[in-house]
Amino acid sequence: MSSASAEIAARVEDILAAHDGVEGPLLPILHAIQESFGYVPQDALPLIAANLNLGRAEVHGVMSFYHDFRENPAGKHVLKLCRAEACQSMGADRVAAHAQRRLGIEWHETTKDGAVTLEPVFCLGLCACAPAAMLDGKLVGRVDEAQVDALIAEVRA
Amino acid sequence: MKDFIIPDRDFGTPAAKSKQMVTLTIDGFDVTVPEGTSIMRAAAEIGISVPKLCATDSVDAFGSCRLCLVEIEGRAGTPASCTTPVAPGLKVHTQTGKLKQLRRGVMELYISDHPLDCLTCAANGDCELQDMAGAVGLRDVRYEAIDTHFRAKNTSGEANPQWLPKDDSNPYFTYDPSKCIVCSRCVRACEEVQGTFALTIQGRGWDSRVSAGTKADSFLTSDCVSCGACVQACPTATLQEKSVIDIGTPDRSVITTCAYCGVGCSFKAEMRGDELVRMVPYKHGKANRGHSCVKGRFAYGYATHRDRILNPMIRDTIHEPWREVSWTEALTFAANRLRGIQEQYGRQSIGVITSSRCTNEETYLVQKLARAVFRNNNTDTCARVCHSPTGYGLGQAFGTSAGTQDFDSVEETDVVIVIGANPTDGHPVFASRLKKRLRKGAQLIVVDPRRTDMVKSAHIKAAHHLALKPGTNVAVVTALAHVIVTEGLCDEAFIRERCEWDEFQDYAEFVSDPRHSPEATEMLTGVPAEEMRKAARLFATGGNGSIYYGLGVTEHSQGSTTVMAIANLAMLTGNIGRPGVGVNPLRGQNNVQGSCDMGSFPHELPGYRHVSRDDVREVFQQIWGVEIDNEPGLRIPNMLDAAVEGTFKGLYCQGEDILQSDPDTKHVSAGLAAMDCVIVHDLFLNETANYAHVFLPGSTFLEKDGTFTNAERRINRVRKVMAPKNGYADWEITQMLANAMGAGWAYTHPSQIMDEIALTTPSFAGVTYEKLETMGSVQWPCNEGAPEGTPLMHVNGFVRGKGKFIRTEYVATDEKTGPRFPLLLTTGRILSQYNVGAQTRRTANVVWHDEDVLEIHPHDAEVRGVNEGQWVRLASRSGDTTLRAKITDRVSPGVVYTTFHHPDTQANVITTDYSDWATNCPEYKVTAVQVSPSNGPSEWQEEYNQMAGLSRRILPAAE
Repeated sequence: MSSASAEIAARVEDILAAHDGVEGPLLPILHAIQESFGYVPQDALPLIAANLNLGRAEVHGVMSFYHDFRENPAGKHVLKLCRAEACQSMGADRVAAHAQRRLGIEWHETTKDGAVTLEPVFCLGLCACAPAAMLDGKLVGRVDEAQVDALIAEVRA
Repeated sequence: MKDFIIPDRDFGTPAAKSKQMVTLTIDGFDVTVPEGTSIMRAAAEIGISVPKLCATDSVDAFGSCRLCLVEIEGRAGTPASCTTPVAPGLKVHTQTGKLKQLRRGVMELYISDHPLDCLTCAANGDCELQDMAGAVGLRDVRYEAIDTHFRAKNTSGEANPQWLPKDDSNPYFTYDPSKCIVCSRCVRACEEVQGTFALTIQGRGWDSRVSAGTKADSFLTSDCVSCGACVQACPTATLQEKSVIDIGTPDRSVITTCAYCGVGCSFKAEMRGDELVRMVPYKHGKANRGHSCVKGRFAYGYATHRDRILNPMIRDTIHEPWREVSWTEALTFAANRLRGIQEQYGRQSIGVITSSRCTNEETYLVQKLARAVFRNNNTDTCARVCHSPTGYGLGQAFGTSAGTQDFDSVEETDVVIVIGANPTDGHPVFASRLKKRLRKGAQLIVVDPRRTDMVKSAHIKAAHHLALKPGTNVAVVTALAHVIVTEGLCDEAFIRERCEWDEFQDYAEFVSDPRHSPEATEMLTGVPAEEMRKAARLFATGGNGSIYYGLGVTEHSQGSTTVMAIANLAMLTGNIGRPGVGVNPLRGQNNVQGSCDMGSFPHELPGYRHVSRDDVREVFQQIWGVEIDNEPGLRIPNMLDAAVEGTFKGLYCQGEDILQSDPDTKHVSAGLAAMDCVIVHDLFLNETANYAHVFLPGSTFLEKDGTFTNAERRINRVRKVMAPKNGYADWEITQMLANAMGAGWAYTHPSQIMDEIALTTPSFAGVTYEKLETMGSVQWPCNEGAPEGTPLMHVNGFVRGKGKFIRTEYVATDEKTGPRFPLLLTTGRILSQYNVGAQTRRTANVVWHDEDVLEIHPHDAEVRGVNEGQWVRLASRSGDTTLRAKITDRVSPGVVYTTFHHPDTQANVITTDYSDWATNCPEYKVTAVQVSPSNGPSEWQEEYNQMAGLSRRILPAAE
């Protein structure tokens, strides 16, 4: 075992120990691991499976079902742009295209300097203020091109 | 189940077990089915097939494909018939204008993302998607396939990220994601039928894909055990046998019985011409209920392996190369030598070893050869080295030498003790059935020095794992009984009614002695007393209690005592004589039960009747027309001892490799080398053949008719699906040898041999091939009292009358650890290999296990400077060998473990010649050893390999 995976194993075991006895523990554990690492390392899956007496395939099935669980670390900041119907009708596609151009990346990619990861999201529940966005977990309403520029400038500052 | 070509009706959902019946109307026809049945299954019962894709009757309904919709009068919408249970008075319509339109719409969507390469597809003619397109009348697909999962490149020539390449990492089947309709049948089969949980659906929506293991895994690196349940469940060519890809679809099938372990799974051998295309477990097989393991389903390639010897061979001495000769020459040579030996050294100087791999009929003939032609009782069988203590122990306690239940019984058990058995590896189909019951809430107690997969694996966990020190079974089982007796947990009513009360009181007094308490034996057994007490209480109070055991019980110096202790435990708790309980030996080989039944032992005529009984001998003497010796003959170890002494000179050994499988290899080889005529009758030049003078090529189970008897006493038919490549079935060869010695036998079909068995053996009196044909299989005793056979034994009373409690004093084995040999070696098996590996090593199963390894605890490894994967020398008082180390905490400190599948390792060079006090069953499971780092093969291994190489030379046939 390399030192990196040994370190992952140690942290994952701590998280598993903290969730001992929790009912329906798999999602809380995946959340806790993502919070701790910023993503869910693949090395963690067999450890979770062994701890919960599941097949490692099952853990993979659950994790891959939820788009929010990342396989790899994200950039320092995560910008999510809503792609659902209400936002699309208010120009979300145009705003998204602008954001991609400005950052020079596609969906799910991270800028070369590691500053921003761009992700689509389907409905933030903020349809009244469409197009909606979320930056590092904080909602932003009525996003237009200028606002995107401002947000990018803010996180790059 | 893909069953278009060879129909074996799929009812869509599993059968309901309710006794409450419900009547409803489907398409105007009344149908009455058990409560809980799905509408789909009810319709199928009256021959109405509702179109379906995600449903198959091996797994629970899922309701995802939306093809099986029906309309029900008075209910809104179009419910799925697979997930909708029947209700009294329902009026169901399966074919209406609305339904037709909906189904076509669904099919149109499926087909829009499916490659239309039916003509060149491996599943052509055997594909449910194809069938359903036909069934719903799909004539047009309006959707243009732009985004697909099946095109490697999109229209502009760029790689399609949704396309995944074929995974052909498994040696027996391929996974082609481009053909997948994501019905989840494979995932559900892996979970529900096999219980391995190796598969999942990854992603969601359009990204949903079947995945083996995690992202980094292939089928081979995942937890997949290659049982094939997923392949069988797949409705398309997504999961497809490589043999079907290579050959094409089969055109006929023959029901037969697997020739690997004692579970005795029924299979459909699916054929094209005389080529075997695939083996598919038979849904109506009562032992396996449509499931199988990797060996039975896939590992049949040995039958056509180039190593198979197809011509008889002889040689004057074992130092010469073999000469291929005609059958007549070989048999005359053998007969003359055997007669010559008898003339010179006396009637008792030759003998036979019957095979647990061959049919009942063949075994019967081989022991008849000894008794009627050699005129002695020198017959023994490999059960000597595995379950002879079962025969003795259960015979003493209950009056019959066999398990008490059928395999279906496990579905009704509440607490299971698995002792000295590793069913996920040794008896995989039984393990799957047990795991299914455990997932439904039954509790498990595992008694094993090793943390097996039964102790803990996906979705199962033993309530108690009693990790005893090897060799202390008797102390552990007696301590369990101590807790049950002293804490007043006995089933007194059962004992008073069914057992000898005086003997029970004597036993109770014995077992209540504080020296048998868990606390007193803890130092000895290594099992914490509190854990032991909890396990005993659970077994006594947890409902239907069953005990399943294997060779970890029998292959000890006190094997017979442990079997009796187990019988005591079952009687103490009243767990005999109904479904869900009982004492169940997991027999090792396909026909080890049968070979014992057929009188293979030197002291017993067929049906376990002692040779000293005049009335029994008389029965056989009448039919055979010869006088039968009334003295028991030699057991295998005695034959070998006598050979070394010079009084035993000739041996006919059918289908058993005693050199590799029997303990203390050096002693076995010395015995064989001292004989003048060793006849080996086998498929391959096995290790024993290195010491043989005559080699008679054997036939495989695919090439002959007969019967096997499995661990539940079930007599299953073996059917010939192809002509013997060696020219003759094994029973014919034994008959030719007997006739060469002047016997004058004239059997023309194995059914005639079975008739003779039925005529002479009361427990088989009612068995005929006609009955097996109509009933499928039958469990002995099958006679006037039980014309349909006996699924459960001892229902109203024990066969011997009253159950017998026997004192079980623990006596430590003489094989003890000491400063020179401080570790205890125990041996076992692995899933993909079988016994000495003669068959499985000649299949692609070697990808999972290509050498025997030594499991050693990290602590023991560290103090010896042993690293993972390193060569180590494993030495005992008998000998030494080398193999690679695997460091694992599955074994406790002080215990090491290996398998005996490979002749290169020769694990039995290490094992000693200590054996069971009652039956001589060797003590394979306990050997004191030392482990040290090593550079490579031992001297013995090198010498042996050199000798084996020389011994296997075959002269080119004379021009």
